[in-house]
Amino acid sequence: MSLRLDVQVRRGPLQLAIELEVGARETVAIVGPNGAGKSSLLLAVAGLLPLERGRIALADEVLDGGAGGPFVPPEARRAGMMFQDLLLFPHLAAIDNVAYGLRARGVGRAVARATADEWLRRVGLAEHGAALPGSLSGGQAQRVALARALAASPRLLLLDEPLAAVDASTRLRLRRDLRAHLDAFAGPRLLVTHDAVDAFALADRIAVVEAGRVVQAGSIAEICSRPRSRYVADLVGLNFLRGICRGGRLQVDGGGTLIVSQAPEGNVLATVHPRAIALYRSRPDGTPRNVWPAAIEALEVAGDRVRVRLRGEPWLVAEVTPLAVAELQLGIGGTVWVALKATEVEVFAA
Amino acid sequence: MSRRVLTSRSWLVGVPAAAAVLLFLMPVLGIALRTPWARLPEQLASPVVHEAMWLSLLASFGALGCALLSGLPLAVWLANGHSPLRTVARVVVMLPIVLPPVVGGIALLLAFGRAGVVGTWLDRAFGVSLPFSTAGATLAATYMGMPFFVLAVEAGLRAFDRRHLAAAATLGAGPTRRFLTVTLPMILPSVQAGALLCWARALGEFCATQTFAGNLAGSTRTMPLACGVAMETDPELAIVLSLILSAVSVVVLVSLRQRWLVAR
Repeated sequence: MSLRLDVQVRRGPLQLAIELEVGARETVAIVGPNGAGKSSLLLAVAGLLPLERGRIALADEVLDGGAGGPFVPPEARRAGMMFQDLLLFPHLAAIDNVAYGLRARGVGRAVARATADEWLRRVGLAEHGAALPGSLSGGQAQRVALARALAASPRLLLLDEPLAAVDASTRLRLRRDLRAHLDAFAGPRLLVTHDAVDAFALADRIAVVEAGRVVQAGSIAEICSRPRSRYVADLVGLNFLRGICRGGRLQVDGGGTLIVSQAPEGNVLATVHPRAIALYRSRPDGTPRNVWPAAIEALEVAGDRVRVRLRGEPWLVAEVTPLAVAELQLGIGGTVWVALKATEVEVFAA
Repeated sequence: MSRRVLTSRSWLVGVPAAAAVLLFLMPVLGIALRTPWARLPEQLASPVVHEAMWLSLLASFGALGCALLSGLPLAVWLANGHSPLRTVARVVVMLPIVLPPVVGGIALLLAFGRAGVVGTWLDRAFGVSLPFSTAGATLAATYMGMPFFVLAVEAGLRAFDRRHLAAAATLGAGPTRRFLTVTLPMILPSVQAGALLCWARALGEFCATQTFAGNLAGSTRTMPLACGVAMETDPELAIVLSLILSAVSVVVLVSLRQRWLVAR
């Protein structure tokens, strides 16, 4: 049951024209700068912003056929949405917030509450059912909002900056839990975020939206290796690694071991900033703990910098100045030594 | 930043403020001191008091009922957007708040009186005549009280974050359910405040009622009217009626204050 979008609508000064397909059990992250039209896209899919032209279809059902065409109102779409400001009902206890969607679909009060209770337990808030939203912490409110969207058994899931209102310490855990809930959800999932790491950690595919248009879409690897605009390069410019961490050593999936500082044990995600990677003609002799040889796979100019794709263990992308390229005589197929400080590898639990 | 620093304690504030407090305190004291406390139970049991209280309850709660039934939808429509038609409607609805009540009574008479624009037709078509009837007294009370309700509810609706309705819609709630389960509970403090103001204004209505509905014992003579009549014939009764109305007013004020303290 895939979701096919051809969204054409004007909202204020912005003309949105976005084509996108999201498969069943697929999470697509919409990333882009503020005011690019990311949230408007979600509103259109939810039925809160009717299309002028174009079409939104879920499997064979047309949800919006543009002006004059068929239009399924939001209450009949069963599109679960998590709003950026959460918009929990302040006058209802957490459990009644979660039960709201079930009650709206005619489920009896007792059954709805029992189901809501179960959802609260699943998001780790079994004890907070009676609490009013105003007395919950940011992370707890986030979980209630997620449970509320999921409990209504939606056919697709729309998440607008689901981790925006959470502080850094709860963010990691919440992200991991959110990933688990997304994986367990059977329909298409659309996720809006401005945070590249959230997109990497949660999505299967990324669509970069700028000024109302998709400027680039593809797998994380595709986007990372060939950013097509300065914004994308900055956004996804981070090297993104998965692996297993034991005793300060990160065994990277696909080969290579990195020494890292202060890392959790077990399955982890790690990011390395391309500018934190140093390149040498010969084996360097200094403080960096990680030194390995690599072949130069590609050189790409991105703005005022050159991105150097390094085939080694692990594979990484480094960013250097054009001057450094000239001085080191870097060329495709050549060999360089790569140096990376342990402190420059940011590791977090997967 | 201490509060003390900016708090003015000079006599320029204290003396005029004390004078103002006295201005408002003395009348209340006057009623309390002149009330014939010993004969109060007997006075309260008199049929004149009962009749006036009963009519006042009918007219004031009738006005509140009308406000809930037609004032709530009106406030919803007014808060739904901006248009010249809404502006005109708002001015007309708010007029009784600033209009001298006697003018309100005359206006009601010209519209709904036996020879009035609508009244003639009402009389001919249905044989309904509002003046000198309890329905007329209720209409006058509604005319003077409902604007306060509409004003408060519209303000509440305009301050209400409508995006909660979007959230409710994505959860499967249609327009009616959204209004009943989200809008109404979230603006409840405004509805309660508006209802209290409307009811209190309707309870105290005097001049418009007398002008439009007349001062007829048993059908339009509400407490304020009975009070006015008693001033001429039985001043002690007037004081007792004043005491009841004052007590009710204090209760209304206190509950309003609590509502505002809790809500904001």
